[in-house]
Parts: sequence; structure tokens; C-alpha cells
Amino acid sequence: MSARVLVGVKRVIDYAVKIRVKPDRTGVVTDGVKHSMNPFCEIAVEEAVKLKEKKLVKEVVAVSCGPQQVQETIRTALAMGADRGIHVEVSGKDYETLGPLQVSKILAALAKKEQADLIILGKQAIDDDCNQTGQMTAALLDWPQRSPEDGTFASEVNIEADKLKVVREIDGGLETIKINLPAVVTADLRLNTPRYATLPNIMKAKKKKIANVKPADLGVDVSSRLEVLKVDEPPQRQAGVKVETVHDLVGKLKEAGRI
Amino acid sequence: MAALFKARRALGMAVGHGVRCLNQLAELPELHQMMRQTCRDYAQKELAPIAAQLDKDHKFPAKQIQELGGMGVMAVEVPESLGGAGMDYLAYCLAVEELSRGCASTGVIVSVNNSLYLGPILKFGTEEQKKQWITPFTTGKKVGCFALSEPGNGSDAGAASTLAQQEGNEWVLNGTKAWITNCWDASATIIFATTDKSLRHKGISAFLVPMPHPGLSLGKKEDKLGIQASSTANIILEDCRIPLSNMLGERGMGFKIAMQTLDSGRLGIAAQALGIAQAALDCAADYAHKRTAFGALIGKLQFKLADMAFAIESARLLTWRAAMLRDAKKPFTKEAAMAKLGASEAATFVSHQAIQVLGGMGYVTDMPAERHYRDTCITEIYEGTSEIQRLVIANNILKEYQQ
Repeated sequence: MSARVLVGVKRVIDYAVKIRVKPDRTGVVTDGVKHSMNPFCEIAVEEAVKLKEKKLVKEVVAVSCGPQQVQETIRTALAMGADRGIHVEVSGKDYETLGPLQVSKILAALAKKEQADLIILGKQAIDDDCNQTGQMTAALLDWPQRSPEDGTFASEVNIEADKLKVVREIDGGLETIKINLPAVVTADLRLNTPRYATLPNIMKAKKKKIANVKPADLGVDVSSRLEVLKVDEPPQRQAGVKVETVHDLVGKLKEAGRI
Repeated sequence: MAALFKARRALGMAVGHGVRCLNQLAELPELHQMMRQTCRDYAQKELAPIAAQLDKDHKFPAKQIQELGGMGVMAVEVPESLGGAGMDYLAYCLAVEELSRGCASTGVIVSVNNSLYLGPILKFGTEEQKKQWITPFTTGKKVGCFALSEPGNGSDAGAASTLAQQEGNEWVLNGTKAWITNCWDASATIIFATTDKSLRHKGISAFLVPMPHPGLSLGKKEDKLGIQASSTANIILEDCRIPLSNMLGERGMGFKIAMQTLDSGRLGIAAQALGIAQAALDCAADYAHKRTAFGALIGKLQFKLADMAFAIESARLLTWRAAMLRDAKKPFTKEAAMAKLGASEAATFVSHQAIQVLGGMGYVTDMPAERHYRDTCITEIYEGTSEIQRLVIANNILKEYQQ
């Protein structure tokens, strides 16, 4: 199989960190905060590496958009088994406003440039929860897009004779879908369990190449059409009230103007 | 002119090397950072949640050891050609610290396999011995152990009374070894026995013995204060016969092999002590963030946390430096002894203070503080007691000042 897979990996604030809003309410605190690869992206990388181990795919290329620090995220993908990386340099204000639309334009351009047969992305990022990049990328390329999860259990992703075969668990049993390559696949939580990088692979990752590219080189304009007006903490949880009877409950709801 | 240029270049390289070393102390190289993060992730997700149960059940974490073997952690320094990860000793120390932060028993199992079993075979074994005794022990499916101590002598390693007599084309071993870590779960051991009693410590030799093996039996598992998931017991040798080719190194080299092995092994233990201490600090600091007394978070009232963090960081830098010296093939005996002494004493101090920070909660099994306290005690004893470390350091200092 000569297929080439492009995997998008996003550097996000680590899931275990307690998020704090910046005092000027323009965003959240990122300085000095622990970052790691978006968990959905880890699953995407794992799926791509598994396809390569099954010899269904020849090369796995990890891509990330952002400042210098995203190279760490690309290296993690390399340590998991990706063959090479592409760092699309976006920094400063452009990075703060970088969103799914610009990223999908970049990925679409890269897919054409690298002649990718398959793009695997995480379903969504845990910082913005957009769940848009996969769909937008597919639309820009006019490729089919599928989430093997789609809210149910995915058993496998396979490549058979130039088609992508996806097996998903549905209520009535197992559903097998074949979609034409090239295609975009978005990975959800239950697709696989990402592997821990082995020490030898971490060493090998150091020698793998990460190419540097600018959005302008790909003909992509990263200016945002969205403007963040303000960012606030969610309202503090108030204590609830216990009521004795249904009658009381209805009364309280009426008081609060809910019914 | 040429001589001056050469001298300047030499100085530049020396300074450059020194600066690189200093940079490594200030911030680890990217490779080591990635490796440390991977081990930390594994320890937090796979070891920390089960550590308390492993301790209660005295259960060897076979599945986790195999997973760690798959990651290359059971044979960090072993070259890739023999099945290892081919990394340096600094990487190994980082791995052991992070794993011990999750589970102290797992940390010592990894450390004993790497430093005390694979280490000497890598250094003193023949090519044939390396293939037979190293490669199968890199995957985590088999672990090894190191049998030096005896019921009659621990610190006084030169007084070994286990005997090895040559009979034809076999060595026959007789005697008892005590306090052997991993022995109930091991598939091979390095036994130190006397081949020439008259030569005293120069008459000790090292032998590779498979387990199980006729003539080798295990005593009952010790019921220890801590590190309960790793097995510790006596190894009893009664006319245990092994081929002549099972001698490791040359006849009479045993004491030297043991001492050099322990020099490195103590860095593994230093790393383990650091990991446990860090876990104890994590526990105490987290508690200090939540508990209030006298109208404020106790975190604000505790200088203890500062003392604990300082103790750990100082010992950690000593450990890293000793590991880097070893990697640069420079003498590191004094620094290794200092690292082990510093780390183990820091660990017992920190874990004790962690219990104090937690107060009553530190005394019960609901919180891990009591387990960390129990686990740290052994770090001051095995692979050279704190008293022996002081002896080693003192001897080295006196030698330095000798005219």
C-alpha cells in the first residue's frame, strides 16, 4: 500500500490543569501552564500508526499549527510512530485567533501538497470543543468524511482496495461502511487506546525530520473572521435547595420564573 | 602560536562541556524531558491507582513490569542490539524516579533488574553470557536479582561465607544469601561466593545461576514494613551445580564486581528515594491547599513544605550530577554515595514531615502518606546503609587530600 496519512495534532492545555481566566478577560492563562497533545489527537495518531503497522499505509505525517512550542507535540507524535512532521508556523496574535476555518484551509493545502490519501483528525479539541476542523477540511477538499465513532463504538478502521472500511457498533449489531479514498476520518474517544511511547522510539523520534512551513507558503490567509469580545469564568455553583413535596417544588419553580 | 591555539581550543571544549553539563542541571535535554514525561504519564495512570492495593496484597505487578519491558524501561542502558533501550544512566535515573513516584515497589523492581542484574553482566560478561543472560531479561517477562548479603554479613560484604568449589567441569555452591529483592519473581540471579577463603575479599567470585535450579531454594517471603509488592527472601544453596562457564568475570573478581555494581545501583536507589519523597510532597502540598486551621489555609503556615522541597531538589541535583559523571565515564563513586545518602535521608525526612502536615489523616491508610513513610525506610538501608555511604565519602575525601 502506498497510502500516505496526514494526522493533525493540536497542542492544548493539559486536561488535568485547572483553567484560569486572564485578569483582562481576553482569554485563559497559558503562560507556564502544562500543555500536552489533545487527547482526541492522540487517538488519531494511534489509529494512523496502527494502520502503518498493519502495512495498509506507507507513511504517517504529523502536522501541527502554532508557535515554536508545538514542535514538542509533533515530537510526541513521532515518538508514537509517525514518520515525519510538519510544523506550520503561526505565532503571536495570529495564533491567538487561529481557529478551525484557518486550520482546515492549511490542512487542505497540505493534503494536496503532500498528496495525502487519508487525513485522520481528532473529533474535537478539549480547549475550544469546536468539532469543526474535520468537517471543514473534508468540505474544502470535497472528500468524504466519517467519524468511525459517530456517537457509538467503533471497532476498526481498515483500508481495503483503495476504500476505507469502517466497522461500527450500532444498536442492532455491527455496521460496516466503505468510503472512497481519499477521505477524512475524525477519531472519537472509544476508537482505540493510545500507546505509551517506548524509549527506543523516543530516541528515534529525535532523528525524524520536522519541516517548517508558513501559512503564506501554502497560500492560506490566517486572519480571523471572529473576534473574541470577552472570556468569563462559568458562574460559581450555587447551593441547591431541598424541598419536601412536589407542591413545594412547583412553587419554587414558579418563584424563579422557570414555569 | 600553534600551541596557544591548541590550548585555547582545549579550554574552549572543556568549558563547552562544562557548560553543557551545567545546562543539563538547569534544564534537561529534550530527549530526557520526553522520556521523563512518558514515564510520569505511565506512573500516574497505571501505577499510582493500584499502588495501595499492590502494597496490601503483597502482589508483584507482573502486567505492569511487562508493559514497562515493552517500553524499554527494564533495560534502559542495555544497547539496542541486545534488546535494550540504549539510553544513558541519567535517563535511567529519571525513569526510576518517575515510576517510584507512582509505586515504590515497581521502582525497586525496575532498579534491581537494571542496575544490579543487567549492569554487571553488561560490564563483565562475555558476549555469549550477554546473549544468554541479558536479552531475555529486557522484555519484562523475566527479571533478575543480585545475591550478595548473607544472614551473617550485610555491610561487611567481604566476609562472604557462601562457598563455591570446583568439581570437574562444574561449580558447586553451598550457603545462604539473605534479603534478596525480586527473588520470588526472578528467573536468574548473580550469586557471590568464596572460591578461596584464604584470600578473603579477593577470593570472592560471581556466578550466574538460573532460577529455578536444582540445589537452589527460596526462603519464606519476608513480611516487610514497606515495598511489599516486591518479594524479599533468602536464597538457599545446597550442592547447587552450575557449569564452569557460568562464572561472571574472572576468579577472585567478585568483590570488585559487587562494589562497582553497587556504585551504580545506589543511583537507582537514590532515584527511587526521590520518587517516593516527591510523592509524599505532592500529597502534603495538595492537602495544605485544602485544609484550613486558625482561619487560613495551612499551606500559608507551613515552612515545612519549603524544607521538604529544598531537600528533594538538592538530592535530585546530586543524583543527576553523579549520573552525568558516570555517563561521561568519569569517577563518580563519591558523588554516587553522596546522592544515595542525600536522597534517602531526604526521603525519610520528607515522608515523615508529610505525615505531620496531614496530621491524623497522615496516620491512616486512607491517604498514601503512611505508605510513603513505610517505603522510604528501606532506602537508607539497602545497597549500602547511610553509615556505609558516609564511610565511602570519607575515604574518598581523605584520598583527595592525601599528599
